[in-house]
Amino acid sequence: MSFIPGQPVTAVVQRIEIQKLRDGDNLILGFSIGGGIDQDASQNPFSEDKSDKGIYVTRVSKGGPAEVAGLRIGDKIMQVNGWDMTMVTHDQARKRLTKKKEDVVRLLITRKSLEEVVRQSMMQH
Amino acid sequence: MATAFPSPPSLCVSLSCSERSSRDRHKSHSRDSSSRSDKNVTISATSAQPQQPDQGSAPTDAQDDNWGETTTAVTGTSDHSLSQEDLAGFGKETEGPVEKLNCIRFLPLALTLLLGLLVLVTPLSFLVLPQVLWPERLQACGTACEGLFLSLAFKLLILLLAGWALFVRPMRASLPRIAVFRALLGLLTLLLLLSYWLFFGVRILDSQEENYQGIVQFAVSLVDALLFIHYLAVVLLEIRHLQPCFSLCVVRSTDGETHHYNLGQLSIQRAALVILEHYYKDFSVHNPALLTAAKSRAAKHLAGLKVYNVDGAGSDAATAQSRAKIAAAARQRDTSHNELYYEEAEHDRRVRKRKARLVVAVEEAFTHVRRLQEEEKKKPPGDEMDPREAAQAIFPSMARALQKYLRTTRQQHCHSMDSIQAHLAFCITNNMTPKAFLESYLMAGPTLQYGRECWQTRQWTLVSEASVTSPLHHGSEFQLKSSDFSLVVTSKAIPHLKLSEEYVHPKSHKFVLQLQSETSV
Repeated sequence: MSFIPGQPVTAVVQRIEIQKLRDGDNLILGFSIGGGIDQDASQNPFSEDKSDKGIYVTRVSKGGPAEVAGLRIGDKIMQVNGWDMTMVTHDQARKRLTKKKEDVVRLLITRKSLEEVVRQSMMQH
Repeated sequence: MATAFPSPPSLCVSLSCSERSSRDRHKSHSRDSSSRSDKNVTISATSAQPQQPDQGSAPTDAQDDNWGETTTAVTGTSDHSLSQEDLAGFGKETEGPVEKLNCIRFLPLALTLLLGLLVLVTPLSFLVLPQVLWPERLQACGTACEGLFLSLAFKLLILLLAGWALFVRPMRASLPRIAVFRALLGLLTLLLLLSYWLFFGVRILDSQEENYQGIVQFAVSLVDALLFIHYLAVVLLEIRHLQPCFSLCVVRSTDGETHHYNLGQLSIQRAALVILEHYYKDFSVHNPALLTAAKSRAAKHLAGLKVYNVDGAGSDAATAQSRAKIAAAARQRDTSHNELYYEEAEHDRRVRKRKARLVVAVEEAFTHVRRLQEEEKKKPPGDEMDPREAAQAIFPSMARALQKYLRTTRQQHCHSMDSIQAHLAFCITNNMTPKAFLESYLMAGPTLQYGRECWQTRQWTLVSEASVTSPLHHGSEFQLKSSDFSLVVTSKAIPHLKLSEEYVHPKSHKFVLQLQSETSV
């Protein structure tokens, strides 16, 4: 999942649709994010390449909408509702996920195991 | 140990001569403290007794009556042998050293004044003699001469003041050899004056020169040259040794107290002088009573052993005996460290207890004394006292506790009752707290702090392998021997320091934050 600046990024992604849960006045998704271009990427426990400044899922609350939708800890979020998440600051990522007017967020996430699955299925052929 | 050390006031008094002596231009070879490079090793008659000459009265062995029986002198190689006058003076030193010393002390000052007088008289005589000897033939000179007269007068005044400032000063010490720079400068001045007199005699007196302005210019040039010699004197004597080049490490031989000093380029005798001046203010006072414990321990080791030679007399009996003694003593040493430990612990406990009692007694005594306020002075006097009487009034309440404390820490000979009362009066006058009063008794201060008789009349011997007028260099060592201890001095050169520069632009200080935040959405 590392990138070369100037070259397009290719990754195997999974589409996940999360329905926001209404909790009083807030809409919660049920997971936590970490990372961003203004953060220290070397402390990211989930990334393979320690210079990867993308947004990662650091915690998924049990039984929440994210877990129900299939989000797992350690996933890297590539897009949210069409907005790119690979080159955003931490605060911008938070804002794009918590828009009050949206009830549903559609994420494109990638994880290591996806690539392996694809490779295995290609090898079988 | 049966032998007890006498109290140091007798140590101080028995030293014969004072250290205060003249600074010099022409120094005569002083007989009192010569810089012989031999080492004197004193071996007492029985090994069990501590060395007697430590308490001895004088640095030179001639003044101790028993030195013939108890001293074995081992002389090392020396490149300065004793001169005949030194040998002849050995036996005579006990008679009238005081008067001789006074005469010798003032000789350099007399020579300095003589040279100063000569310097003053010479230009004036250059001016006056032609007027006296052939006044009718002299050409009158007008304003140029008057200008020259004025400048001559002022330069002479400046020269005299500067000479007075530099050379006519209270004498610090008497050094063993002549001061080389001063002697050179004196010789230079004398040479200058002689050559000017020679020229004056030949060119002006003999030929009866008529050009008076030329004569006056001649005199003015002499004064100029003398001023330049004075400048040379200032640079050589005062300024050259200000830049530090050497770091000297001074260790006292009896208790190992060490201090370091930075000095410039000095001769060994001048460096010794500077070190001695620092000694009196930096080193704590030498207390021989504190050293008895170590000596008695050492004596106890060897005293209990007797060596019997069973195999018959051999030529190396002495070395075999000493080796046997050392081996036996090494085996025997197992318990003495135990004794030392418990003894020291007990001593510490006793000292702390007495100190506590002393502090309480002094604080209580100080509460009885109060400074009379201004408005109270106008009322009819009740019991007004001046500081001395106040000190005498409160002294008895703390006297016993103080006496006991001083005895426990073996300082009782350093403080007399008069000195304690004087110090108490001093503290009361200056509104000091009891703690300030006690500080000089709780800590051993520098020698300067104790009475003048303790430190003013000390004579020191400079022991050095190199000539004492040679300059200091890296690794030079010498010793300053006093009657009870010696200061061992080693010098190291201060290394050449290389300082390089790194320029930091004021705007180059930029920082980034390293955050790892986790937000739940």
